[in-house]
This record gives sequence, C-alpha cells and structure tokens, in this order.
Amino acid sequence: MTTQKRSFLYSLWDFFASLKLSIILLILLAATSIIGTLIQQNRSPQEYQQMYGETLHRLFDLLNFYDMYHSWWFLALLGIFAVNLTTCSLKRLPRVWKQVFEPLTVADDAHYNSLSNRHELRVPLAPEAARDRLAPLFGEALAAPVTTEADGRIHLYAEKHPWSRFGVYVTHLSILIIFVGAIIGNLWGFKAFVSIEEGTSTDKVWTAGGQEPLDLGFTVRCDDFAVTYYDGTNRPKEYMSILNIIDNGEEVVSNRKVVVNDPLKYKGITFYQSSFGPAGNPQLNLEITDKASGEVREVTVTEGRHYPLSAGYSFAVTGYTDSYGQFGPAVEMHVNTPEGLHKAPFVVLKNFPGFGGKQDSPFSFALLDYQQKHYTGLQVKKDPGVWVVWLGCALLVLGSIAAFTLSHRRLWACIVPAGKGSKILLGGNAHRNQPAFALFFDDLKQRTNDAIKA
Amino acid sequence: MTSSLFFNITTIAYFAAMVLFIIYLVSRSRAVALAATGAVWAGFAANTLAIGLRWREAYALGFEQAPLSNLYESVVFFAWSIALCYLLMDFKYKQRAVGAFVIPFAFIFMIWAQLGLNAQIQPLVPALQSNWLTYHVITCFLGYAGFAVACGASIMYLLVIGREERKGDKQGLTGIFPSAKVLDDINYKAIMFGFPMLSLGIITGAAWANYAWGTYWSWDPKETWSLIIWFIYAAFLHARFTRGWVGRKAAWLSVIGFVATIFCYLGVNLLLAGLHSYGS
Repeated sequence: MTTQKRSFLYSLWDFFASLKLSIILLILLAATSIIGTLIQQNRSPQEYQQMYGETLHRLFDLLNFYDMYHSWWFLALLGIFAVNLTTCSLKRLPRVWKQVFEPLTVADDAHYNSLSNRHELRVPLAPEAARDRLAPLFGEALAAPVTTEADGRIHLYAEKHPWSRFGVYVTHLSILIIFVGAIIGNLWGFKAFVSIEEGTSTDKVWTAGGQEPLDLGFTVRCDDFAVTYYDGTNRPKEYMSILNIIDNGEEVVSNRKVVVNDPLKYKGITFYQSSFGPAGNPQLNLEITDKASGEVREVTVTEGRHYPLSAGYSFAVTGYTDSYGQFGPAVEMHVNTPEGLHKAPFVVLKNFPGFGGKQDSPFSFALLDYQQKHYTGLQVKKDPGVWVVWLGCALLVLGSIAAFTLSHRRLWACIVPAGKGSKILLGGNAHRNQPAFALFFDDLKQRTNDAIKA
Repeated sequence: MTSSLFFNITTIAYFAAMVLFIIYLVSRSRAVALAATGAVWAGFAANTLAIGLRWREAYALGFEQAPLSNLYESVVFFAWSIALCYLLMDFKYKQRAVGAFVIPFAFIFMIWAQLGLNAQIQPLVPALQSNWLTYHVITCFLGYAGFAVACGASIMYLLVIGREERKGDKQGLTGIFPSAKVLDDINYKAIMFGFPMLSLGIITGAAWANYAWGTYWSWDPKETWSLIIWFIYAAFLHARFTRGWVGRKAAWLSVIGFVATIFCYLGVNLLLAGLHSYGS
C-alpha cells in the first residue's frame, strides 16, 4: 500500500470516528425528519399537485419528499450514521477492553501523579501491617483487593463495576441491531391487507403496491363481524371478527375472536382487526298488509328488484339506510299498478311504523327487520425481524441505564517501607460522575487515617 | 371530595409556588424559598390525590381505565410529572432559584387543563383499550418532565454564563442563581433521567403499535417527532464530551429539545394528522 493511499484511509477513518460527525448527523437526522411530518407521505400525485401547485410539486417529487423516510438520501444519512457509530466504537473499544480485562494492578509513581484523586501518608506501621489494615477498607469500599509484591513494595488494587464501561458500546450496538431487525423485516416480511365477507373465506392477501395477490398457504374464514357501542352513545366500544383457520383441509383455529388490540397469529402471520364495511345489499324483512282483505304476509327482499303483489300489482325497494336522519333504519320504495304505472315513492321507517308516509295503494308496508352483511378488513403481517428489533430495544435500555448510572471505580495503593514505618500512596479513579467519586475518595481518605490511628 | 376540587387546589398551589419563587429571586429571602418549595409539595400532593380520585370516579362510571385516556388527563399528568422531577431535583441540589424556571411549566399546563380542556371522563375507544397505554404514557411523560427541568436549568445557564465569563458581580435577578457548573450538572442529570425514559416511551409505543396494528414503526408524525427529540438529546449527550460543543451549545440543544418535546406532545395533535389525533 502506498503512503498516500494509507494516509487517505487514515483520514477517512478519522473522519468517520469523529464525535463531531455524530453530533452533526444526529442534528441532520432530526432536522430532515421534520419534512415528512409536514408533507403527508405517500399520497397520490393529483393530491400533491392540488396542494402545492405544479412547480413546488415537481421540486418535492425530485427531492423524494413524498416518501422521504425511504428516499436514497435519508437512507444514506442513516447508513453514514451506522458507519459513524461503528467506527467511533471500534476506535475506542480496544482501550476499554484492556482496562476491563487487563486491569493495572501495579501502578507506578507516574500513574499516581496522573490521578486527580490521590493521597499520601506516612504511618508508623510495617508494610505488611499497613496492608492488613488497608485491605479491608478497599473491600468495604469496592471489592477485595488484588495484592502484588514487587521490588519491596506492596501494591493493592480494587475495582467495582468494570463492565459498566461497556454500557455505551452495548447502546451503540443495540442501534445497529435494531437496524438489522428492520432490514430483515423489509427483506423477508410483508405487510398486506385482505377483506373477507362474513361467511366466506380466502387464502390470498394483497400487499401494498403488489400486482399479484400473495398466497397464505392456508385459508381464513370469517364467520361474523360486529361493532358494539357504549350504552346510549355512538362511541364505539369494540370491533370484532370471528375468524377460523383451515390448514390442509383441517380447521386448526376455530371461533377465534379478533378485536383491535388482540390479533390472531398463525404460522408467523398475524391478522389485525383494521376496518369493516357493508358487503352487498341488505336482506330486508317486510310485512305487507292487503288493505282490502286484511291479509298479512312477510317477505324477504333485496334492494333494486321487483316483487309481485296480489291483483297484478308489484313493488320494489329503491333505497336503504341505517339511519334516516335521527329516525333509524328506513327503506324507500314504490308500488307499480297492474297497468305498469310507477306510483310515487314513499319512505317506511322501522322504528315508526305509523309514520309510513303516503301509501296510496291497496297495500301497506312495514319494515320488520334487516340483515346487513359486513366484510371485515384485516391487516396481515409477517415480520421475522421483529424479535431482532426487540432484542435491540432491550439492549438499548439496559445499555443506556448502565452507561448513565454505573461507574467503573478503581482504587490503587502502594505501600513503601520508609524508616521504621511505611509510606502509603493512595489513588482512585472513576470513568464517570467525578464529583460523586471525589466525595467517595475523601471518605476513604478519612477512613484510612482512622484505621491507621486505631 | 371530587377530583376537580383537588385539580383546582393543585392549580392554585402551583401558581402560589411560581409567584413565591419569583419573589425569592428578588428578595433572596430563604423563608420565601422554603414557602415556595412547600407550595410545590402541597400542589404535588393535591395533584396525586386528584388523579387517584379521578381514577376511582372512572371506575364508578363503569370504565376500567387508568386516568391517562385523553388530552385533559395527559396534561394534568404532565404537570404531576414535572412537579415530581422538580422535587427530586430539589431534594438533591436544594437550588431553589431553579423553581422559578420549572414550576411555571407545571402551572401553565394545569391552568390550561382547567380552563381550556374538556374534563369529562369518557370511555376508551377500541384503539386505546390496552395495558400498553399506561406504560407508554407514564414513560413518555416522565421523560418529558425530565426535559422540562433540563430546559429550565439551561435557560438559567444561558442567563448566567455571560456574567460568569465577564466575572461580573452578583447583582440583579441572576445573582441568586446557582453557578453555571451546577446548572450544567442539573441539566445533564435531568436529561440522563429523561433520555432512557423517552427511549422506553418510544419502545413501549412501538411494541404497542406492533401488537395492535402490526407495525412497530410507521413514520407517523407523532412517532417521527418522538424520534426527532431522541436525536436532539442524543446529540446533547455526545456534545458534552466534544470540544467546541460543551457549555452554550449543549444548553441550546437542551432548550431546543424541550421546544421539540412540546411540539411532539401538542403541536402534532393539534396541527398535524396521524394516529394520535384522537388524543385531542
């Protein structure tokens, strides 16, 4: 490798390992993310044209503002962020690794001089006696110390929470894991939609933007759909579908109630209650009274067809509604005379049978009941990456809590024979929260002095 | 003994605390500071009691739901969270001047809830009928409250740093402020509390969305704004280790972060469309 090439790689490495780049990337991600919250995403070109006008629309389209979170430039920003995160961590990790796994158990004078928390005292005790008094103090403060004798000196070393140094790296790694989970979901998962009419079944679902339906490999049947409301209001309480799954001709899931916030999962594919609507025309039960004979009969009819009455008359229902103003369910209908004359249409209310409007025919009608079939709209999803995402989330929380609350505290002592007694060098260091460690160290100094005097 | 009585007491107590803290800045009387802190405690107690009573009132109406179901309930819970974070901070630092910059947030939210929002207890729509609602709302608002305290400390920092750099005398309202070093520490600690809470809030929201709708992330405006806040505070946390970003820039990031938080909480609901629009 030529020197020039090498120096280019070094400067590239330095560029990506810089904390300033991280800050700038985070601010850029925050700032650009705003765009997609102001411009509604993934609408039709017609809507955008109407909202922004031709020029602005073309500019926004060019900049991928209509699907910005999947645009090349936003994904590139996330990619650079991932590279920055990785290089920053790799650059700093080896030193931290050494500090955790190869602790400095024997510190020289230069090391003591480099510490901002240090203390020196002379004691009228032999080095071994001084060690025996000091070791329990280290044990109480952090952990039982490692003792090393070298060059006539006794060295003590104790530490607590060395692992907490990895907290920040676990946090960084967790973000990369979440990215991996999202990518797995995008590559091997799908999001689709299906609407199933009550009483029917399907084995195909439609992905967003997909030309061909997706084969589920099993069949889903919807037996029922219902909406319930809070008493006396039109505030919905529950949307419910009754689903069954038939796999290889065998009903493997029966009468499973699926509501919002309680989906059905089968073979890694999840079905979510998402929407509903009317399916086909309702079945209407009418009561027809022949005014002349007083004969009463019940019929079941659907909208838009003609049904015979006695004496050559016939009738048809031309409209149906759930709520006719505040009066509830109603049908609009008319009667045809034997001559084929289309008489004036009138409205029949289910809840107010007397209020039949003008029914100037030899028959009177009442709406007894109606059955409206529904379809249930189900969101269908498969995401094999979701567990990877949750693993990343768990590590993110644990890592950041460790990084914010735990601190790797270390204490060193060096006992040197001096005249009839000894000289003790005491030093300490924490990887974060220095003010708290300074108090801790002051307390240790005090206790060391007390222990020696005792 | 209804919840609304105690919500009114809460509002009055936070108002009294706010006024007393401002008097403290002028008078520098320790007795006033103590009275102000007492008023915060009283307000916090009333706030807690009121939320508890409202919970019971909802059950009495037959709605088995935590009082975190609509905008009114979230606003009074936000005020409660701010008071809680403030009191935790006060317990550790005893820097009473900070109250003048944090308690007004609690007061503004309470008075808005009492005068401007619909306090009727309503049953939950199907989309919100989940235990995730409770975890999600509590973690988010504790995070937001941490950021409120951090923002108050940052504003004070920006007011005091100029004087400290000029080595000016301790005259005027800023005379009684804690030192820039202490304010920076309060700012950092509050964000260290708020940031993991926000992360948990985003994660519980994602878990819930995945459970209820089948996608843990859909770039809905509310989700996106919570991520924007997360980016800003992540930048803040790294700024503290970076030359050229310590001090003023970090304090500004904290202030901008809280402005973004308020926008995420209210602006998104009131101005933008999305999955959380039923929150209003």
